[in-house]
Amino acid sequence: MSRRQVHLGAHFPGVNSTTVWTDPRSRSQVDLSSFEHLARTAEEARLDFFFLAEGLRLREHKGELFDLDVVGRPDTLPVLAALAAVTERLGLVGTITTTFNEPYELARQWATLDLLSRGRAGWNVVTSSDAFHGANFRRGGFLPHAERYTRAAELLDVARQLWDAWDDDAVAAAGAGETFLRPGAVRPVDHRGRQFTVRGEPGTPRGPQGHPVLFQAGDSAEGRDLAAREADVVFTAHSTVEAGQAFYADVKGRLAAHGRTEDDLKVLPAVTVVLGDTEAEARDRARHVREQQVTGPAAIAFLEQLWGRDLTAYDPDGPLPAEDPEPEHVSVTRGRVRHHRDPAALARQWREQAAANRWSIRELVIAVGDRGGLVGTPSSVARQVDEAVQCRACDGYILVPHLTPTGLDDVAARVVPLLQERGVFRADYAGPTLRDHLGLGPARRPTTAPADDRRLVAR
Amino acid sequence: MPPTPLLGVELSDAGAHPAAWRLPAADPGHLHDPARWVSLVRAAQRGGLDLVLLPGGLGPADVDGGVRGRLDPLLTASFVAPLTTGVGLVPTVTTTHTEPFHVGKAVQTLDWVSRGRAGWEVAVSRSPEEAALVGRKDVAGGALEEEELWAEADDVAEVVARMEDSWEDDAEVRDVATGRFVDRDRIHAVAFEGDPFSVAGASITPRSPQGRPPVVVRADSAAALRFAARRADVVRVPAHDLATAVAHRRALHRLVAEAGRDPEEVALLVEVVAWLGPDAAERRDALDRWTPTNTNPGTVEHVGDAAGLADLVGAWTGGRDGGAGVDGVVVRPAVLPLDLDALVDDVVPLLRRRGLRPTGPPARTLRGTLGLDRPASRYARVPATAGGAR
Ligand SMILES: Cc1cc2nc3c(=O)[nH]c(=O)nc-3n(C[C@H](O)[C@H](O)[C@H](O)COP(=O)(O)O)c2cc1C
Repeated sequence: MSRRQVHLGAHFPGVNSTTVWTDPRSRSQVDLSSFEHLARTAEEARLDFFFLAEGLRLREHKGELFDLDVVGRPDTLPVLAALAAVTERLGLVGTITTTFNEPYELARQWATLDLLSRGRAGWNVVTSSDAFHGANFRRGGFLPHAERYTRAAELLDVARQLWDAWDDDAVAAAGAGETFLRPGAVRPVDHRGRQFTVRGEPGTPRGPQGHPVLFQAGDSAEGRDLAAREADVVFTAHSTVEAGQAFYADVKGRLAAHGRTEDDLKVLPAVTVVLGDTEAEARDRARHVREQQVTGPAAIAFLEQLWGRDLTAYDPDGPLPAEDPEPEHVSVTRGRVRHHRDPAALARQWREQAAANRWSIRELVIAVGDRGGLVGTPSSVARQVDEAVQCRACDGYILVPHLTPTGLDDVAARVVPLLQERGVFRADYAGPTLRDHLGLGPARRPTTAPADDRRLVAR
Repeated sequence: MPPTPLLGVELSDAGAHPAAWRLPAADPGHLHDPARWVSLVRAAQRGGLDLVLLPGGLGPADVDGGVRGRLDPLLTASFVAPLTTGVGLVPTVTTTHTEPFHVGKAVQTLDWVSRGRAGWEVAVSRSPEEAALVGRKDVAGGALEEEELWAEADDVAEVVARMEDSWEDDAEVRDVATGRFVDRDRIHAVAFEGDPFSVAGASITPRSPQGRPPVVVRADSAAALRFAARRADVVRVPAHDLATAVAHRRALHRLVAEAGRDPEEVALLVEVVAWLGPDAAERRDALDRWTPTNTNPGTVEHVGDAAGLADLVGAWTGGRDGGAGVDGVVVRPAVLPLDLDALVDDVVPLLRRRGLRPTGPPARTLRGTLGLDRPASRYARVPATAGGAR
């Protein structure tokens, strides 16, 4: 049997603390030139896609804007549209929440991006978090967790109806015909559901992919079910082999219930990469990255999230606070998903770890905040990627660089060729669309509207 | 205001005439092809035009018998942006159904990806069909009320303006010594509390190259004109003769002054539908047999040669000798790309010869083209020194 193929995306690291903005090589996280650099690098390496996250409110900490991380990002869809102009084949994937959008507008925008990119659009469907974000929107307020997924499912159902309302070749080729559209080629949608009432003839032609590739990110049971039912790719944070295998088995196990097979859903964890000429050099570099990310003030802020109160009186190079967190104050941070189930127990655990290793606050934060990632020589990283895919820990990765925008240059130049040598990564794109890159079949057509129910539109 | 009249072009569907798609020259099979939009905007760039307007509501079409299906204008402008220079990009943005926060960051981002060439034409959606597609508003009672629509657009424009100012220009400090990436005292909450909506936080997008991308308004109702007087940098009006244009100019200047603004800072552009070339009248007759163009009441049409259109532009924009004194013209080519190419290749050189087009290279930003300064953020404690057009 031939080896399972690896899929790779390039995550624009943008905001938060993934990148080292103090590095002299760090450039703008907003200017188009940065997006263009990463996208071109990814396309030259024949990666499957470029990936953008979304965050709809600037994070706050202790009631003030959090100023220690990279902050400020452009809007997802216009950036992807601009990248469609400067790339030819690369998939263009963006994160958009279903909680603070309406199905018609999203369907129209995604169809437009698919048309502009000639079939390269991918939508990472998220339900986002809380009322803190909601305060920026008409929709406002807070939707309980389960209801966010109910809304997401119905929104996707409506979006699919809207995308399917136009036939592929709806425009009559010769302009002299009686009508601009082939009679019957566009059918009105008539959706009356619990969340949405959407009726009429949609205004955007069908994109080359029919439906954009759908990603889903959200780790709860509801999130995984939505992925199993609707998504082509699930984006996850389970990047180690053990956690990955468990997650992989879980989500792929949910597919059969929806009449789908293992190949219909790709599992792609986010992972950072640090390369070196030797294993030791790579480890040193990874350590250096962590040290630059965790400045003294950043270490204190990290602890404050658990302790729930101001700790700026503490020396980041000194010992941890002796007293326990105050549970009623926990979550001084807003706009960030982080759950500490038992703050007091975790604080005790950290204190014990720090004492055993003689760690300062900063050293502890460097250690416990380390999310691992791929660290090693190009050949060991290529082997790790290949093996993770062969042992069904994932179907590939979404690579997250530590530097904006040049952080993937090395990976593209030194790791990708090794994956190609191993015969697990394409030497060139097989087709023009993102669906082609991911080896997905044609978009599903939902069967909600029986054919005889579809009135002909003749104008 | 710039020294020579402004010249914009509206690129809609197959052209301003609803039946334009019936001509093979309009290449109707490729109206939704991205390459077509690039080549149209590049034609405008070739002619040194000041701005292109990319219209389009949320629904499938505006006129029966016309083209059906459109791309989202703001995304189309974003796509065209990296492939063009000089020319301003002004998509229509409908404010009636869309989240104001999404509108704000989208406009700011168009300004980033176009490196300061973004504007946005604020539009309302009067159509019950569009309301039914979005489904957010109950329109059982029929058409939406014009006054209410523009009142809501005014709230949206206020939110967008505050978002555009919410990051002061120098908010990103990247201060390695203190570990602070931004100076949070220079980032400000929008804190808008309105009737239909409220918006709490700052924009997620830092201040864009122009700071405040220009606001364009098509003033086709009294409510729209009042909105324009309060919010617009550019106002476009349909007018069928000089007298109407003069009346529009007077009304706008009065309303702008009443709104406490300087009429000199608001450009008034008159629309003209252009049919150019030796076969202009013939084409018009042929297409009018399919779809009569009394669908454009009140808009002047020029059917004929390039010199005639240049005369018209001179007459509209001339101040003395009986001209209408408007600040420029928006040409709506009747059939694309024919009438756009003729505008660029035949009319523009005549205008240049008559001193009605600028001679130097285009300004780097749309504000610069319009002769507008780059404003400091309203929240800036120390106002930035007046930098002039960039
Ligand atoms: C790997 C991963 C990436 C995510 N990226 C985003 C994002 O960019 N923007 C966002 O609003 N939410 C993002 N989310 C949040 C999810 O959409 C979801 O709202 C959140 O995880 C809560 O849902 P859950 O309980 O199902 O996980 C991400 C989640 C995961 C697991």
